[in-house]
Amino acid sequence: MAVEKKGMEVDGVGSVGDKLPCKKLVMNGAELVVKALEDEGVEVIFGFPGGAVLPLYDALYYSEKIKHILVRHEQCAAHAADGYARSSGKVGVCVATSGPGATNLVTGIANAYMDSIPMVAITGQVVVSAIGRDSFQEADITGITLPITKHNFLLNDVEQIVPTIKKAFHIASTGRPGPVLIDLPRDITTMEAEYRPDMELDTPGYKIPKMQGRDALEEIAEVLKQSEKPVIYAGGGILRSKAQGELLSLAEKHDIPVTTTLMGKSCFPENHGLSLGMLGMHGTVYANYAVSECDLLLGIGVRFADRVTGNISTFAQNARVVHMDIDPAEIGKNVPVDYEVVGDIREILSSLLRLAPEKKHCEWNETIDGWKDKYPLHYDNSTDIIKPQYVIEQICEVTEGRAYVATEVGQHQMWAAQYYKSLMPGSFSTSGGLGTMGFGFPASIGMQMANPDATVFNIAGDGSIQMNIQELATIAQYDLPVNIAILNNQYLGMVRQWQEIFHGRRYSQTDMSHQPDFVKLAEAYGVEALKVEKKEEVRPAIEKAVGSKKPFLMDFHVEREENVFPMVPPGGSIKKMIRG
Amino acid sequence: MKHTLSVLVENRPGVLTRVAALFARRGYNIDSLAVGRTENPDISRMTIVVPGDHHVIEQVTKQLDKLIDVIKVSDITKDEYVERELILIKVGADPSVRGEIMQIVDIFRARVVDIGKDSLIIEATGDLGKIDAIENSMRSFGIIEVVRTGKIAMVRGPKHEDAENYLSHRRL
Repeated sequence: MAVEKKGMEVDGVGSVGDKLPCKKLVMNGAELVVKALEDEGVEVIFGFPGGAVLPLYDALYYSEKIKHILVRHEQCAAHAADGYARSSGKVGVCVATSGPGATNLVTGIANAYMDSIPMVAITGQVVVSAIGRDSFQEADITGITLPITKHNFLLNDVEQIVPTIKKAFHIASTGRPGPVLIDLPRDITTMEAEYRPDMELDTPGYKIPKMQGRDALEEIAEVLKQSEKPVIYAGGGILRSKAQGELLSLAEKHDIPVTTTLMGKSCFPENHGLSLGMLGMHGTVYANYAVSECDLLLGIGVRFADRVTGNISTFAQNARVVHMDIDPAEIGKNVPVDYEVVGDIREILSSLLRLAPEKKHCEWNETIDGWKDKYPLHYDNSTDIIKPQYVIEQICEVTEGRAYVATEVGQHQMWAAQYYKSLMPGSFSTSGGLGTMGFGFPASIGMQMANPDATVFNIAGDGSIQMNIQELATIAQYDLPVNIAILNNQYLGMVRQWQEIFHGRRYSQTDMSHQPDFVKLAEAYGVEALKVEKKEEVRPAIEKAVGSKKPFLMDFHVEREENVFPMVPPGGSIKKMIRG
Repeated sequence: MKHTLSVLVENRPGVLTRVAALFARRGYNIDSLAVGRTENPDISRMTIVVPGDHHVIEQVTKQLDKLIDVIKVSDITKDEYVERELILIKVGADPSVRGEIMQIVDIFRARVVDIGKDSLIIEATGDLGKIDAIENSMRSFGIIEVVRTGKIAMVRGPKHEDAENYLSHRRL
């Protein structure tokens, strides 16, 4: 740590009886930032240096506790921090310089905000006296990120560095998590101040929602007792509050089938008899039927997003609706609910488990099993052409559902959600709310950093991977054994699918057949790669990649015009799916 | 229906932006917004008049409450409270009509605060009904300019809201 080199100790001035140590540490602002990050337990930072953060990088140079991963584009610093947070439960940290560095973070911050991911983003800023003068590399990043952060700070006092970083981590990681940005003018990082880690936090306006609705819980227990056809609709809130154990107990003790949202995927083992897979626009037929037919819908850590509900007026119209969430503003925002409980999901579920007696729902589960038999996820695998779903099934088999998977956005994302049966909580990262192409590859870097020994897959499309392909340099530099599986159909497949179905097959600007040779490209970056064009080569390629324990890219040339089914047309009722 | 929200916020730069941006982004309207510091210089109070049904007001309140700089949001619409707004009206007034204007000003217990060659500036305070009434009564003379502060409000009786506890207990 920089203290040894630059810090100086001076005699304390504390009065008699003062609990402060009699020696005090004086450091410059940049060193205070690094020290405060170390105090928060930060082990990895994803970032990219620049003029305004030079002092910060100078201080990082001496840190033995924090490893810095140099990405090749600041957007990826944010996505990598995001993937790190999702797969570790810790706060992800990213750093960028002022101006363009900061604005390049914006998509990544918005992505984390939409998916409620705990993140602290630190941006450099021009010197305080130059703010507002359109200085070189100046951007009003606190203004720009105001609607996409849980909170942000513009620091203008070196004394406030340590308490502000403490606050930022506290705010990012508690309640409904989210990204917090700290904008750090360069001159603040070169001024000196005493290191005082014991300063009290002063955030009177920040309220972590406490559990409200214990009465409602008793009513819910009663309704649960009466219900013949209950369904659990579980979301990302389960993973954020680490309530997967409680969820499993609730489902098993009460014999309730569980469908998850895209964000909730991996919170419930997908090989479990009570698992319905995903619901909504590309959900399973049986999940959507179950929600449509149920008499009690338990929405847990969810937000009734439009991709889930379809037409709101027909969504779960036979059911009494229970909504449990940490964010009171989510209750009743999109769908009227009959019972609401606000608070930490884990706490809520533990209380409910104590209240509700066990019960079996044999008839209801038989009905659902009937739907599972009649309308399974399916695709035509009879041709020699590689089907994208087949590739994902093979990845799932080889990794036994225990890989950490990050996806981009599009058809491959939906196929991954449908066919990769995740068994480990937090092992599936995807851009659920914002739908960010280019998220998955950098996110997989973050997941690998959080889980160094795990098998990590980035399931990508040929369109999405090109949005952040430069990170091949990053995985090569740090020798991160990320496995990239490109489902290459030479189209922006999801847009093409919509053009096929809703726009008379007019494939406007979705043909991506002019593309690089991904194998040569990967090799140019020093990453081993394989092109796979035959079905029988799929599994050996995956086994080779996983076995290599090295960065590896697989370019699977798949059926060009395969569609994602089932599909609920936008705004339609989720009962009425195109089954394909 | 119009609701009156009394919002305690941290008195620091950017807070007004955060509140205003929230309304803009979520598509809520603001009828008026008045802001000034409280008896504690670290804290400001905003009085915001918001049109909308129950659902809208509930969302506005909950979303405002999530802002870190917002300490307390109270919908005081149904409480007993005193409301005031201040208006300045510049009205066309050649000497022939000045007497008539002065009479109206007296009736409203308003004041003339400036006299120009062909115009007067009138200052009035009162609840919204009174302010609207005096503005309307001046129309026939030709209103040149109007500036209104927006409504401020204070709940009657002893100190109100748990946030007041915070006001007194806060470390300074």
